[in-house]
Amino acid sequence: MIRLEGIDRIFQVGDQQVHALSQVDLEVGTGEYISIMGPSGSGKSTLLNLLGLLDRPTSGRYFLNDQDVSGLDDARQAYTRRRYIGFVFQFFHLVPRLTAAGNVELPLILDGVAPAERHERVKTSLAEVGLADRAHHRPDQLSGGQRQRVAIARATIMRPQLLLADEPTGNLDQASGADVLKVLEALSDQGIALMVVTHDANIGARAHRAIRMVDGRIVSDRAQ
Amino acid sequence: MKLLESLRFAFQALTGFRLRSILMVLAMSIGVASVMILTGIGEGARGYVSGQFASLGTHMLIVIPGRTETGGAGAAFTVPDTPRDLTLDDAIALRRSAHVSMVAPVVLGSGLVSAKGRERDIPILGSTRELFTIRHWELSQGTALPEGDLQRDTPVCVLGSKVRKELFGADPVLGEWLRVGDRRMRIIGVLRPGGMSVGVDVDDVVLVPVATAQALFNSPSLFRIMVSATRRESIEPARRFVRDTLRERHQGEEDVTVITQDAVLATFDQILGALTLAVGGIGAISLVVAGILVMNVMLVAVSQRTAEIGLLKALGARRSGILQLFLYEAVLLCLLGAVVGTLVGQAGVWALASTYPQVPVATPLWAWIAGVSVAVVTGVLFGVLPARRAADLDPVTALSRR
Ligand SMILES: Nc1ncnc2c1ncn2[C@@H]1O[C@H](COP(=O)(O)OP(=O)(O)OP(=O)(O)O)[C@@H](O)[C@H]1O
Ligand SMILES: [Mg+2]
Repeated sequence: MIRLEGIDRIFQVGDQQVHALSQVDLEVGTGEYISIMGPSGSGKSTLLNLLGLLDRPTSGRYFLNDQDVSGLDDARQAYTRRRYIGFVFQFFHLVPRLTAAGNVELPLILDGVAPAERHERVKTSLAEVGLADRAHHRPDQLSGGQRQRVAIARATIMRPQLLLADEPTGNLDQASGADVLKVLEALSDQGIALMVVTHDANIGARAHRAIRMVDGRIVSDRAQ
Repeated sequence: MKLLESLRFAFQALTGFRLRSILMVLAMSIGVASVMILTGIGEGARGYVSGQFASLGTHMLIVIPGRTETGGAGAAFTVPDTPRDLTLDDAIALRRSAHVSMVAPVVLGSGLVSAKGRERDIPILGSTRELFTIRHWELSQGTALPEGDLQRDTPVCVLGSKVRKELFGADPVLGEWLRVGDRRMRIIGVLRPGGMSVGVDVDDVVLVPVATAQALFNSPSLFRIMVSATRRESIEPARRFVRDTLRERHQGEEDVTVITQDAVLATFDQILGALTLAVGGIGAISLVVAGILVMNVMLVAVSQRTAEIGLLKALGARRSGILQLFLYEAVLLCLLGAVVGTLVGQAGVWALASTYPQVPVATPLWAWIAGVSVAVVTGVLFGVLPARRAADLDPVTALSRR
């Protein structure tokens, strides 16, 4: 499903060049469950942003479903993100003035789905993450774990092929972190490819495939 | 993203930041309301002045000796240093046209007036009964100046109300004698108080027959001649007739100025129209200021909502979609301001109109349309910069901040 070929990502900081990613090659199949680990600054977030089309590689090629997506224009990229990719962030990034349902509804609105259908899908999606009864609560009325589950519902409501989670439990306590992970794994069982960046070795060990990064390079990549 | 959804989202953002939105709407509405109220006052003043002129009778022409106007063919003439005087015969000649209904020659001077041992220096106006009609003067007692032969010197006079009070107090005056200069005249009437006319305070004047005034001042020249045209349409023919007749009588020299009240009214109209535009412009400036405010607030909104913008991009919003959202937000603010401003402006105009019922205060439609369009256009113009800033945000940086 995904193929990266010789990806470089170089940031220019003053007159210094930072190689956030160097010669990264990677293949990801449909429904894979992958953890990405590595020390801080090793390029995990940069890799995820590239995969999510939020960032462009300095050089190298990115194929999504055998189509080169590294050179798409803004509208096509937006479309690809909307239809094929879901994001879950460490800091949830819910819109504070919208209710849980309002937040989950956003991708559907952006995609131009009719209101009646939206309503149904939001309901189902919130039920899947166990928050059917919190639909009309605003983010500040929810716990951290609940917020992250709203964010997951939002990331998956478009039925993406790829779900990217950057330290999804980084801001949560053990119990709610475990809840969130369970929800993510359930989604992966339904055939969504899941890539989780984490510093937690326990979480890393649960994935079916573990990638380790150091200094912008993939140093190990093995099934487990 | 569909138009309606974008508008709904923008509206939700506005209600999400309530205080900010209310302040912006307030600023915008003050701008719109001030355009409406200021132009309303300007138009009211214009209507008031036209109304006053209409009540004076707008068919009037005033003939003044000497050329005070130059222009057109007139500029070719050399104006004589001492223009020929206007005489009673000139006035009589002006009666001979179907376009002229009344002619009133006017002599103006001043003289010592005394009665019952009290003495005052007062303007003395020599004219005829026609002047009373032309000027809509009314008498509180007695009769106006005698009709008939213009050349006849009759020793009678009509007093202004102030003169009467100062010389006679509450005593009866009809039939009493008044000494004017070295002559004695019988008082036949008293004017009702009110207003200015021909540059003279009608309360503080003694009116005598025109020939009497000429004898008194020992001069045949007239101060001016008031001519009333028969109808509004006859003003122009009457003006031509007056000009041609007097040129003929003055050996081909065009040495008089004919002012029509229409022209005076038109001048006033122009001045007050310009005034309306000027005050409307001042209101429009406050609108632009409000627009700049909106821009600043939208810029702040963009930086406050960086994470939200980054998120929308991650969720698959296009650059153009983000641009729209923030543009709609600015335009909605300004539209709301325009609506509230229209209501406030209408209320203000209504309050003014009921406080000063004699002044027809009303916002002209063009001013309202201009005010609202300036509001919306500033909304769009000043909304573009913040919206572009939002659309150009890099999603990664936008999301990396908490
Ligand atoms: N926008 C940027 N400008 C300059 N340098 C950047 C930028 N983003 C990332 N970098 C650099 O690229 C390198 C990789 O950063 P990245 O955020 O991918 O690390 P990470 O593995 O996610 O670290 P962490 O575990 O702390 O989140 C770092 O050295 C970082 O300083
Ligand atoms: Mg990171």
